[in-house]
Amino acid sequence: MSHRFAAVALSAVLLAGCGGPAAVPGSPAPATTSAAPTESKTLTVITHDSFALSDATIAAFKASSGYDVKFVAPGDVGTLVNQLVLTKDAPLGDVVYGIDNTFAGRAISEGVVRPYASPALPPGAAAYAADDKDSLTPVDYGDVCLNADTGWFKAHKLAVPETLDDLVKPEYKDLLVVENPASSSPGLAFLAATVGEKGDPGYLDYWTALKTNGVKVVKGWTEAYTVEFSGSSGKGDRPLVVSYNSSPAYEPATEALTRTCFRQVEYAAVLAGAQNEVGARKFVDFMLSATVQAEIPKQMYMYPVDPDAKLPADWLAHAAVVNDPIEVSIDALAAGRDTWIKAWTATVVG
Amino acid sequence: MGGHPLAWAMAAAVPVAFLCVFFAWPVAALVVRGFVDEAGFTLDGVREVLVAPRTWRIVGQTLGQAVAGTAVAVLLGVPGAHLLYRRRFPGRRLLRAVVSVPFVLPTVVVGVAFQSLLATHGPLGFLGLQESFTAIVAALVFFNYSVVVRTVGALWSRLDPRAEDAARTLGAGRLRVLASVTLPALAPAIASAASLVFLFCASAFGVVLVLGGASYGTIETEIWYQTTQLLDLQAAAALSILQLVVVSGTLIIAGATRARQERALRLSGNPADAPLGRADAASAVLTAVVVLGLLVTPMASLVWRSFQTVTGVGLGNYLALSGDAGQLTVSVWQSLANSLATAAAATAIALFLGLLVSYVLSRRPASAPGRRALRTLDAVFMLPLGVSAVTVGFGFLITLNRPPLDLRSSWALIPIAQAVVALPLVVRTLLPTLRAIDPRLHEAAATLGAGPGRIVRTIDLPFALRGLGLALGFAFATSLGEFGATSFLSRPDRPTLPVVIFRLIGRPGAENFGMAMSASVVLAVLTATVMGLAEWIGPKDVNPW
Repeated sequence: MSHRFAAVALSAVLLAGCGGPAAVPGSPAPATTSAAPTESKTLTVITHDSFALSDATIAAFKASSGYDVKFVAPGDVGTLVNQLVLTKDAPLGDVVYGIDNTFAGRAISEGVVRPYASPALPPGAAAYAADDKDSLTPVDYGDVCLNADTGWFKAHKLAVPETLDDLVKPEYKDLLVVENPASSSPGLAFLAATVGEKGDPGYLDYWTALKTNGVKVVKGWTEAYTVEFSGSSGKGDRPLVVSYNSSPAYEPATEALTRTCFRQVEYAAVLAGAQNEVGARKFVDFMLSATVQAEIPKQMYMYPVDPDAKLPADWLAHAAVVNDPIEVSIDALAAGRDTWIKAWTATVVG
Repeated sequence: MGGHPLAWAMAAAVPVAFLCVFFAWPVAALVVRGFVDEAGFTLDGVREVLVAPRTWRIVGQTLGQAVAGTAVAVLLGVPGAHLLYRRRFPGRRLLRAVVSVPFVLPTVVVGVAFQSLLATHGPLGFLGLQESFTAIVAALVFFNYSVVVRTVGALWSRLDPRAEDAARTLGAGRLRVLASVTLPALAPAIASAASLVFLFCASAFGVVLVLGGASYGTIETEIWYQTTQLLDLQAAAALSILQLVVVSGTLIIAGATRARQERALRLSGNPADAPLGRADAASAVLTAVVVLGLLVTPMASLVWRSFQTVTGVGLGNYLALSGDAGQLTVSVWQSLANSLATAAAATAIALFLGLLVSYVLSRRPASAPGRRALRTLDAVFMLPLGVSAVTVGFGFLITLNRPPLDLRSSWALIPIAQAVVALPLVVRTLLPTLRAIDPRLHEAAATLGAGPGRIVRTIDLPFALRGLGLALGFAFATSLGEFGATSFLSRPDRPTLPVVIFRLIGRPGAENFGMAMSASVVLAVLTATVMGLAEWIGPKDVNPW
């Protein structure tokens, strides 16, 4: 009898259900800038997926600031920055931590952050600044370097390579594993190192030579370091891997090659359009406090920007000090990053 | 039946509204952005993607891996379902739980386990499968085998054996009975399972990136790259539409197949199983090979590595999980509690909505438009499995951003996102049983004067409850293991177990790796326990005849 009606009713429900929310108009423009800094009872902190601090430290910040603090980690640094760009009309939160120099240019040029000169920034840390406008506040840094399985080279009576040029020599054929720069942040850092060293387009010739010499490409750091690298517990068959200068602190039988390093700097920043700018600034200052700076190596495997912060004993013993990493400016990174990855993919992956 | 269209519409309205707000709207909003640039509406991005040869290679690879993964999972899974749900033998319950474990293991861990086995230096390196299509298909079957076994097995265990017995008595051979009586009766469940597995395989992400090597890509990995790394929304939109076309095509084919096959079945009240006999040798051997070779080997290597510590074989990695060593912001036990709370909320949402949807979908309208409406609704509720988690996750950001729906930094969005993914599984699990109800039961009840409420209570509900345990297990397991949409919503101060594992395995040092392995074993044991317990839920002997 009324089956036809049933079908019509169903379709109506489908349409009505779907049509409703889509009709909500676009968001209003963000508040103007000249007013006093905003403040609210909650503080939303957006971070990359490697963010970690001890419970006690976070609890202390919650108590001293008095805010209801929420943390959200949308993914790796690329995902993080692109989400912030996508949502700049209605910001995801108040403050961000985890933007690095490979994506900093994009965050600044897209206007997702509001400059803030933190009084907590140690004098020695100014060298890590992203620009001269205090757009981003440096919090920590780490050097992406080639790591070598020292024992493997000793056993094979082969000298440990020192430079990028060494890697294309025939004696080092089939020994290197790298991360895909399209899916990995250290992979991108190493690609940037080759651009910094060999120039553009010289880096593509260099990668062609690496490919001829048997470089292996895997998805990310985990696959490279824990499966393919011979110096980790995975006992792979490649004694050279792209990792960090601090990694040997956890695998003492390995060493970092200090002339192959690219320096990643990680920043915190107040988000443009934040509902709680006062709280956002407090969080930036908090990331530079002595407690957090001292915790960074153990929790996030990076070096604190505060030169006076105490480093763990095994870092002092095993992590290599990198004096002059390969430099690529933030502007060059912002302008070249996507093009380099595409050209790299065409050259190395085909 | 059929006299209460308004009631049906109401029952459909709640889940449809849920799906619209938490799925259709976010996806549509993000895709629409791909058609707009500074100058207004544009098709340039879409055109560029559609003419690129690379795009079509990726579509081909996506279809290839999904078809192969589904075919192998079904071919191996159906004999497995027979053995695990139609035959009695000691350890059957344990085996059923074991095959479910891979379903929730984090892909990053499975990726490492497979890579370690297949790498040229690994124990299975001689197979030469590293970075091969075969390796991807093997991993897809590893994840999805239990979907086939459980979905098909649930129906098979209730299939009245008398039809088969009658055919045997009339002189049909075993194979003939299988081909002409059993398989046709199981066809709806097999089609259900196959469409689920196809969607899982077509949208697989981590396992493809890890095992396929750098040159291999699927629509899903490409959407991830274009969206999260390049923010090229035009290219992403074009790819999302391609993905929708592939997925909808699959659902239409699957729906038509099911519609042809579905009929009222004679379901027995009690599980109909027999002791393991000589005639079962073939399926027993095949299943043993699959379970031991494909499922247990990677899991065993995981367990073995969880006991390897810096100081030799021992329990160190498990003791470290309490977090006293300071490696973790929260102990693994705390993250386990977070996982369980999230999964419980997600399961409650998915089951509530799933029951409503299945109930509506199990109706048999007499009119053609009515049937079409139901078939469309059926397909619509499957879509979340086939659409990229990245598209949904990024879509959330630009839609659920104003009160009262500013949920972007709310904890509630995590179980909601998981429920969206679990809902299709719940529906596919409940539906074959509900649709198998003989409509004459309803008619008889109505003739005898039972009101619609009473019919639902005394006929439909007991049937639904039988499938409920399985559905609950699936929903819970999906939520425990989900790492797609929810990875965009991860809460660093309240991490779930997969998030902690992901973090641990991304750090240097044997201790971190060992803890990642032991935490994965904890997750596996938890899953096996939940899936095992879920089988107990629901009435054991219901007989509405």
